[in-house]
Amino acid sequence: MENVRRVLSVIVINEEAVLSRISGLFAGRGYNIDSLTVAPVPNTNFSRLTIVTSGNQRVLEQIVKQLHKLIPTYKVIESGEFVEKEMALVKIPLNEDFNGLDAMLKAYNGTIASSGETYIVVMVADDANRIDNFLKAIKKYNPLEMVRGGSVALDV
Amino acid sequence: MELNGSQMVVEALAKENVSVVFGYPGGAIMNVYDEVYKQNHFQHILVKHEQAAIHAADGYARSSGEVGVAFVTSGPGFTNAVTGLATAYMDSIPMVVISGQVPITMIGTDAFQEIDAVGISRPCVKHNYLVKDAKDLPRILKEAFYIAKSGRPGPVHVDIPKDVTAQVAKFEYPDTIKMQTYKPTYKGNVRQIKKAIEAIASAKRPVLYIGGGAINSNASESVKEFAKITGIPAVETLMARGVMGDENPLLLGMLGMHGCYSANMAMSEADLMIAFGPRFDDRVTGKLSEFAKHAKIIHVDIDPSSIGKIVAIDYPIVGDLKNVVDSMIPLAKEKIDSTKYKSWRDLLNRYNEIHPLKYQDSNEILKPQWIIERVGELLDDKALISTDVGQHQMWAAQFYPFSFPRQWITSGGLGTMGFGLPAAIGVKKANPDKISINFTGDGSILMNIQELMTAIEYDLPVINIILNNKYLGMVRQWQTFFYDKRYSSTDINIQPDFVKLVESFGGVGYVVKTKDEFDSALQDAIKSNKVALINVEVDRLENVLPMVPAGGTLYNMMLEYKE
Repeated sequence: MENVRRVLSVIVINEEAVLSRISGLFAGRGYNIDSLTVAPVPNTNFSRLTIVTSGNQRVLEQIVKQLHKLIPTYKVIESGEFVEKEMALVKIPLNEDFNGLDAMLKAYNGTIASSGETYIVVMVADDANRIDNFLKAIKKYNPLEMVRGGSVALDV
Repeated sequence: MELNGSQMVVEALAKENVSVVFGYPGGAIMNVYDEVYKQNHFQHILVKHEQAAIHAADGYARSSGEVGVAFVTSGPGFTNAVTGLATAYMDSIPMVVISGQVPITMIGTDAFQEIDAVGISRPCVKHNYLVKDAKDLPRILKEAFYIAKSGRPGPVHVDIPKDVTAQVAKFEYPDTIKMQTYKPTYKGNVRQIKKAIEAIASAKRPVLYIGGGAINSNASESVKEFAKITGIPAVETLMARGVMGDENPLLLGMLGMHGCYSANMAMSEADLMIAFGPRFDDRVTGKLSEFAKHAKIIHVDIDPSSIGKIVAIDYPIVGDLKNVVDSMIPLAKEKIDSTKYKSWRDLLNRYNEIHPLKYQDSNEILKPQWIIERVGELLDDKALISTDVGQHQMWAAQFYPFSFPRQWITSGGLGTMGFGLPAAIGVKKANPDKISINFTGDGSILMNIQELMTAIEYDLPVINIILNNKYLGMVRQWQTFFYDKRYSSTDINIQPDFVKLVESFGGVGYVVKTKDEFDSALQDAIKSNKVALINVEVDRLENVLPMVPAGGTLYNMMLEYKE
């Protein structure tokens, strides 16, 4: 069976150690975590985790079932239809030729987030695979540091 | 009512009708023990090592169906308990284990006897709690008992810091459970059940594959009824021994690595497998690509993650086994003709005649299988049988005539040596009118031998029967078969005098070298009503057969060992 990428949105009770239950489950059973984000769901006692994982069909099915089995898990959403976005920040030295940077940022829903005396920080928000592309393209400006945020997703 | 955390623990246990707690005190749990001293709701049994407290609570739970309860202190008290938790988790045994913890104010400071207990127990319990405030304790304890026994049962660990055991808060024990997220499914999907019945009705060679879930859901009577109505032959896993009763003509026997030939052939030749609460353990399936490869599979399990975990399932049914089988029975009566599978049953019975479970008895040397059979003849349904882990465990599973569920107490999933004696203590506590036998090996018994003291102190006369071959026999057997007889670290012929050993604790001991000596030792042990240890010198090189070597196929068993 071939490995496929899967986005899971997991709603859990926002209580102590819930993240370690989930990361421990993935580590203990040898599942992949490609990215993981977590934040409280406003006005509830829940948190939402967005987990990007990969595996064959049987492994993915087990991941969903094992997540469900955790006592604080309320819901695991594995719908094929997600709006999925990821954010990235890139620090670029100022003394470069910024020709074309604006157009590139625009293409990736980006902007300049901060500018200092020696460098600027740009931010982009886009699909995870487009972030891959952006981080390749931005290399021509000799970036000093890059950070990506992990996917967040909403089922539609 | 205002209570401190320790009083809450005692009150909660009283509300849960707990009658016995196994445990061992220590600094962090002293407040709780102070309240244990003052109460008369339950008996506390002081073990000699925390691992044994958990196994004793486990044996109590397995043999009674009730939730087993144990107390341990923080740090080493808790880490000693981990093997017990993992043992219970692997076999889905309902337990609540309460550990002391250093005060909240000291957590994270590497305080004396501090360890991240919930961090350690997380992968080997069904759920765990670190209690941060006494006001949460009533709810947490209520949930702990509910989670332990509902759905797929399992151990729940509650870690209570010392300051919380002293903190006073309002105590109102909830009558009902309100959990936002945890809702096990009991009733099977009606459409799936109908489809399964249709599949059974059109099958030619169906087989019932019965697992430990049949014990946990108290489904034995329903499963037997279903088998009788449909005439479908059945096989049992190690964990399910006793579900069908060995007298039942439809039972072929245990399947798997040391299962009987007919049971393994039934799985290999079946066109439909009806899995009632097993989990497709590797000791059962052998090589997966060859496992039951002609069969469509119906799998009934209360744990959705158990279904499809190992093999793809054609008819999944999530639900409580008893509930599901009870709703299958009327449909089966209507749709399934029990005479239809006669030729299939005849074929399997013929397999059993050609290759029955057997051993070569001898007049010169005692055979371990004979001992098991003999205890079966003498005690039959009067005894509950616990075991340790190894060759003796497999022989007991093969040769003891089990007749009812919960008669058989063994560590199946984790395979924990040292389980037998403390488990048999818990069994005796829960079943004072039964004889509690622990079949053990000369390796296993020494792993928790100190519990002889507990059994004697609390007058729980457990009869330990050591099938002593002066080897770590199962490993030795593998070394014989697969490692050219290089007996690396398995020859243990330097041994204590077991008779003196048990006598020094205050029990009775016997050395047995002949069949007559065994009979009189066993009868004497029963009559004495004392904790007993019968050291039986058996054939050193006897092997457990038949055998499916690890990763082998069920239909290609090693029936005998040839040099």
